[in-house]
Amino acid sequence: MEPRDIFDALKARFGDAVVELQGEGFRPPFVVVSPESILEVARFLRDEPGLAFDSLMCLSGVDYKDRFAVAYHLHSLPAKHRIGIKVFLPKDAPSLPSVDAVWPAANFMEREAFDLFGIVFEGSKDLRRILLPEDWEGHPLRKDYKYPDFYHGIKI
Amino acid sequence: MSAAESNARARAEALPTQEMTINMGPQHPSTHGVLRVILRTDGEVVSNARPDVGYLHRGLEKIGERVTYAQFMPFTDRLDYLAAMNCNCAWAWAVEKLANIEVPERAEYIRVIVCELNRISSHLIAFGSFTADMGAFTPFLYSIRERERVNDLFEDICGNRLTYNYARIGGVSGDLPPGFIEKTKEFLDYFEPKIDEYNELISYNKIFVNRLANVAVVSAADAVAYGLTGPSLRGSGVAFDLRRDEPYSVYPKLDFKVCVGTGERGTVGDCFDRYMVRINEMRESVKIVRQAIAQIPDGPVLAKVPRIFKPAAGEAYVRTECPRGETGIYVISDGTANPYRLKIRTGSFVSMNIFETVTKGLMIADIVAVIGSLDIILPEIDR
Amino acid sequence: METLAISLVNAVPVLGGVPMWAMTTVVMVAVAAVVLVFALTFEGLGSYMLRKVAGDIQARIGPNRVGPYGILQFLADGVKLILKEDIIPAKADQFLFKLAPYFVFVGSFAAFVVVPFGVGLIASDLNIGVYYVMAITSLVVIGVMLAGWASNNKWALLGGMRAAAQIVSYEVPVGMALMPAVLIAGSLSLQDIVRSQGGLFGVFGWNLFHNPFTFFSFLLYFTAAQAETNQTPFDLPEAESELVSGYNVEYSGIRFAMFFMAEFGDMFVVAALATACFLGGWHVPYFNAQALPPLWGNILSLCVFLAKALGMVLLMMWVRWTLPRLRVDQLMRMAWKYLIPLTFVNLLGVSLWLLLFNGKGIPQMIAGMIGR
Repeated sequence: MEPRDIFDALKARFGDAVVELQGEGFRPPFVVVSPESILEVARFLRDEPGLAFDSLMCLSGVDYKDRFAVAYHLHSLPAKHRIGIKVFLPKDAPSLPSVDAVWPAANFMEREAFDLFGIVFEGSKDLRRILLPEDWEGHPLRKDYKYPDFYHGIKI
Repeated sequence: MSAAESNARARAEALPTQEMTINMGPQHPSTHGVLRVILRTDGEVVSNARPDVGYLHRGLEKIGERVTYAQFMPFTDRLDYLAAMNCNCAWAWAVEKLANIEVPERAEYIRVIVCELNRISSHLIAFGSFTADMGAFTPFLYSIRERERVNDLFEDICGNRLTYNYARIGGVSGDLPPGFIEKTKEFLDYFEPKIDEYNELISYNKIFVNRLANVAVVSAADAVAYGLTGPSLRGSGVAFDLRRDEPYSVYPKLDFKVCVGTGERGTVGDCFDRYMVRINEMRESVKIVRQAIAQIPDGPVLAKVPRIFKPAAGEAYVRTECPRGETGIYVISDGTANPYRLKIRTGSFVSMNIFETVTKGLMIADIVAVIGSLDIILPEIDR
Repeated sequence: METLAISLVNAVPVLGGVPMWAMTTVVMVAVAAVVLVFALTFEGLGSYMLRKVAGDIQARIGPNRVGPYGILQFLADGVKLILKEDIIPAKADQFLFKLAPYFVFVGSFAAFVVVPFGVGLIASDLNIGVYYVMAITSLVVIGVMLAGWASNNKWALLGGMRAAAQIVSYEVPVGMALMPAVLIAGSLSLQDIVRSQGGLFGVFGWNLFHNPFTFFSFLLYFTAAQAETNQTPFDLPEAESELVSGYNVEYSGIRFAMFFMAEFGDMFVVAALATACFLGGWHVPYFNAQALPPLWGNILSLCVFLAKALGMVLLMMWVRWTLPRLRVDQLMRMAWKYLIPLTFVNLLGVSLWLLLFNGKGIPQMIAGMIGR
């Protein structure tokens, strides 16, 4: 299916939760959805016969200067098409439902987004820091991150 | 009854005992890097194995935001240093997609040749270290010997044996040296019968098969849902290979088979299948390199790309088939010389999702088999 | 010992005044020293041999720097280990930690006492030879368990547990597989067992060719012995790639050296037992070693015995570097479900054969038929 058709199918099902289609300059194009609806959208994308997005290729956090985003790249093995889903989040207390019940592959990638951006994935079966030590302060991949001077008394 | 089931039954009927928490620490001979696994075991049987990664986190994605697109190339070498050519080319293809750069055909053929040679040498290490973990120390040294010859070829091309920094945005850094094609043919002729030798020596050895058959079976649906890619996915019977199903570069012109696990000694999706997929893929890579050498045209090897390279604003996600899975690079450009955000999704990182689930009820010796069969490498996981 | 002491006094009359017990003690100490020196030399050269064989199989060279062809490598390693710092973990059980290597070393070395090196070359021809070896090598189990426990390290504990389970389990097939040789000789003494394999050009009298059951029990013995000495495919207790060297992970310096040397000592003892019980021991091909003058008889039989035993050791090393490792449950299953029943059936077979054919083996019957 073409990205425009996938967008239309989602819009028909979820209405206002589906915000826009970012097509130009985005490979693959992104369907922007609202944060609260992401779990429903994910289930729909996976279970709907024509869409059948059974494979989550990549889940990344992004820090656009004025807001955060979580970008999902999805792929369907039977239907051989791909799409991107993007969710925009406010800068303070960014949080959205976790999709690891739909795609277990999301777990480590959500932990990474939490670790490096501070995006909280509600309902995640295991949300802990993954790449940085448990007691690290701050979220490094944010654009306004200040490098700490000391860690446990060691100058870094 | 499988070993896991009989273990579970024995545990249920036996005296209550205390569970032991063992640290398969960051320094361990068979964790393929600095991986820490926190094991909770009841004697030999593992009830929970939690991986703890991050010991090799170097902040590559943050570094990427501060350097230019061209300057990031050497960093991709350190992503999966056993398949550095593949990682270099993955970054090059991602940026070229983002900026719509046309790469000369000769450069694409050269990229495919070095990527497949690197796939051979990476699978040789996977094979060697896996058998060494299983206790057969000899095949490791044989695979190192073959790998030395591939390293010699790469040294001819770019001067380096491990971290090549060979691909460039728009092509490759230098043309093939004279005599390279002949030396490669010599290597391929020498190497192809060796694969059968290894199969005779170790692959079908009864002890080896018994260690791996029916251990950590991953069904096809689970493999896709948990994000396994590459040989681990194909070992579960899913015939999906990016080189054939989402072709890039000159792969559409090359003919090769997609190796899939067939459950030949156990169940489809067990450790043995994943291992055999890698052995068979080496054969296919030899085929690909032979075809590429025959088909390679003349021409330039680097497209004209401005020195201060500023792609138009936009986002692109490009994935390529690396030996350890698919390496997907999501790069966001805001029109400046540095990437705005780059995210590297590596096969090893996402493969770790399944680790905790698939190791329940196994024995400690099997944990080693699982780590080896998933063929993870820590720099890829931690970036 | 006493005969040796008496012959010594006869040879050197000036010692006539020394009391008997003193002479016997001196002779005992001297013999023990000789055997110890031999054991240690073998253990050192055995490690060199292991590394060279490993190098050959693995398409590389092995030690070649220290001394001609690297032959002094074991001396360099020994000196290095002696000079190393003696690190004992703070929370380890100090006494047991220090005690464990001695158990292992003694268990391995004490078995050298009954090894029949030559026609008259045996430190002590105990009339319970085989039984004694089986018993004394079990000391190793205690040592390994102590090492695993006292190290205060979970990996060591796992290694110690595995080792104990493995060695104890494989004692049974080893013992049972040696029984046919005992039955044929009618005695537990190793010299008697070797002597019973004489005649027929010194080759065809071997227990190996006696009857199909003894041939089979040689194979069973070899397999079980590979497990007794913790060699791959049965090297779980010291699985380098899983347990980071298992029960001896916390040991350094000379204590580690004792474990290491005991492993080679065990290998030699097991090979020597195989040689003595199945391969004709010190019988020299073609010659009748017992009929030769004592000096030549001893030298020749010693050389033949060492050649056979070292050949067995080489075979064990060859198997070690070729095969992968069994998992612990597969290992235990192999011992209890396969080797032990097979050895019992084998023993039954040998007993029936001896009953039916009056103790004669196939070569003896053929020799009888062609009138030799």
